[in-house]
Amino acid sequence: MFAYILKRILYTIPILFGVSLIVFVLFHLVGGDPTYQMVGKHSKAEQIAQLRHELGLDQSLPMQYLHYVKQIVTFDYGRSYATKQPIGEMISRGAGPSLILAIPAFIITTIAALLIALVSAYYRGRFIDKFVLISCVIGMSAPSLAYILFGQYVLAYKFGIFPISGFEAGFPEALSYVAMPAFIWLVVSMGADVRFFRNAILEETNQDYVRTARSKGLEEKVVYFKHVLKNSMIPIVTYVVIEIPFLLLGAFLLESFFGIPGLGSMTIDAINSSDFPVLKAMTTVNSILFILGTLATDILYTLVDPRVSFK
Amino acid sequence: MSAFIKGRNLWSDAWIRITKDRFALLCFITIVGYGLVAILAKFGMIAMPWDVTVGGSYQAPSLADHHLWLGTDLFGRSVLYKVIHGTRIAMSVGLMTSIIAIPIGMTLGALAGYFGGWIDDLVVWFYTTLTSIPNIMLLIAIAYVMGRGITSVYIAIGATSWVGLARVIRAEVMKHKERDYVLAASSLGASHSSRIFKHIMPNVFHQVILNFTMQFQTAIRSEVILSYLGLGVQGQPSWGVMIDDAKLELSRQVWWQLTGATLAMFILILALNIFGDTLRDALDPKVKT
Repeated sequence: MFAYILKRILYTIPILFGVSLIVFVLFHLVGGDPTYQMVGKHSKAEQIAQLRHELGLDQSLPMQYLHYVKQIVTFDYGRSYATKQPIGEMISRGAGPSLILAIPAFIITTIAALLIALVSAYYRGRFIDKFVLISCVIGMSAPSLAYILFGQYVLAYKFGIFPISGFEAGFPEALSYVAMPAFIWLVVSMGADVRFFRNAILEETNQDYVRTARSKGLEEKVVYFKHVLKNSMIPIVTYVVIEIPFLLLGAFLLESFFGIPGLGSMTIDAINSSDFPVLKAMTTVNSILFILGTLATDILYTLVDPRVSFK
Repeated sequence: MSAFIKGRNLWSDAWIRITKDRFALLCFITIVGYGLVAILAKFGMIAMPWDVTVGGSYQAPSLADHHLWLGTDLFGRSVLYKVIHGTRIAMSVGLMTSIIAIPIGMTLGALAGYFGGWIDDLVVWFYTTLTSIPNIMLLIAIAYVMGRGITSVYIAIGATSWVGLARVIRAEVMKHKERDYVLAASSLGASHSSRIFKHIMPNVFHQVILNFTMQFQTAIRSEVILSYLGLGVQGQPSWGVMIDDAKLELSRQVWWQLTGATLAMFILILALNIFGDTLRDALDPKVKT
């Protein structure tokens, strides 16, 4: 097991290398030279040269790549072009509001989806199951932007149940601002979650051990809750845990619509102001979190499930 | 007298199952209808010109004139025409990104599954790396650095959406390459490429079709989000751009542009979802739920 964990940790190195390479190639080769965009059309050659030097763009590509790797390691991504603030600090500051929205929304959605999937799978093929499935497909098919606009317009603007937009840090104050976006999060992601959970549960009901349990004469309830449910938790937990690293990225459309100053809003501002280094840093940080998240999941599995082995 | 039972292959069996399911058939017809609208709009046969003033600014929908069925936008242009041209954009994004993603996914998946070894390691490393970058960030990054416009949208979505197909094809080819029919082909002297493309591919090709219905709708959703973020289509009506416009319109009681674009998108995605599910049941009889 120790050997497996070590192997798994070592395997993240080529992945991290690959991610840094893709991001570097994208932003430094394909993206071209950002200086012209920054100084404007009517700038002198010396100004451009000066700026290129400040940004380190006059160095060779391998040196620029090393500089980028150093940024990753030290979490010092330089300053934003638009706000001139250090990007590392901007990210740390944005993480809080993002998580205040994402964590409750994620937990509530997962629990609700799991409960619905349990009921639906238990009554598979019956009316309630069909109703749940149809609602899921309909829910999944509507564009998420429509939910956001509709929610903001009808529930916040028309009926004034929630604030239209804004944010206050601190415990009870923040809740009223995140309630509405969290509710929309729930509606948007419910369909896919319920369908996945239901399928995971039903997959188990076709297994041999379930047939054995039934042929022993066990009651359907016992078969379902004691045998099926326990085993279907493996794919379900994987699905849920894999989503956790994405929470920090936040639902950035939601954040930007409801004025929550998280990482999502930051990313959208960066797109609008062509803020190259912020986008690069956000891409990198999110990828690294994702890689570490999956690593942690895999290691947890070896501790929980003895059947897992490194292929 | 011997009774002959006429066998059906996977495709004709699937076709019979789908045509029997009236609802799935309706979805299929809807998808074909969207395709027709897109083609007609592409060649200027309907909804042209879309960018002229046909009424006052923000005129409410009325049945008086077909231009006004969905009202007008800020510049007095017909929202119905914009929805139709948005359909053209959405369908072309779905098609073009599939044209980019499917060959990449099929080829890399088949090579990795068939040859194994370092080729497999390389392909798996490549797609694991690609999927480690959150999809939306990768989309934004590619669309951003490639410059705004529809070509960037094609490339950004196409280049990021082949991984799912590659994974499935890799796993299927791995299973099939040890099967008797492939061993028979190889003992008759079939080359590697003939074994992969002539013998194995036809047996895993239904996965490509299944992937296509998913790919298509993911592409349409991604286009709407990219266009909404201002990274997508420029100077043409797209559902994403229309929904973006609607942000400021709602407080002025202008609901028709949002409704038009949202409904058009919703019906298409719903049809693709339901048709895709039916297709999955028909083509992949093992995974019955």
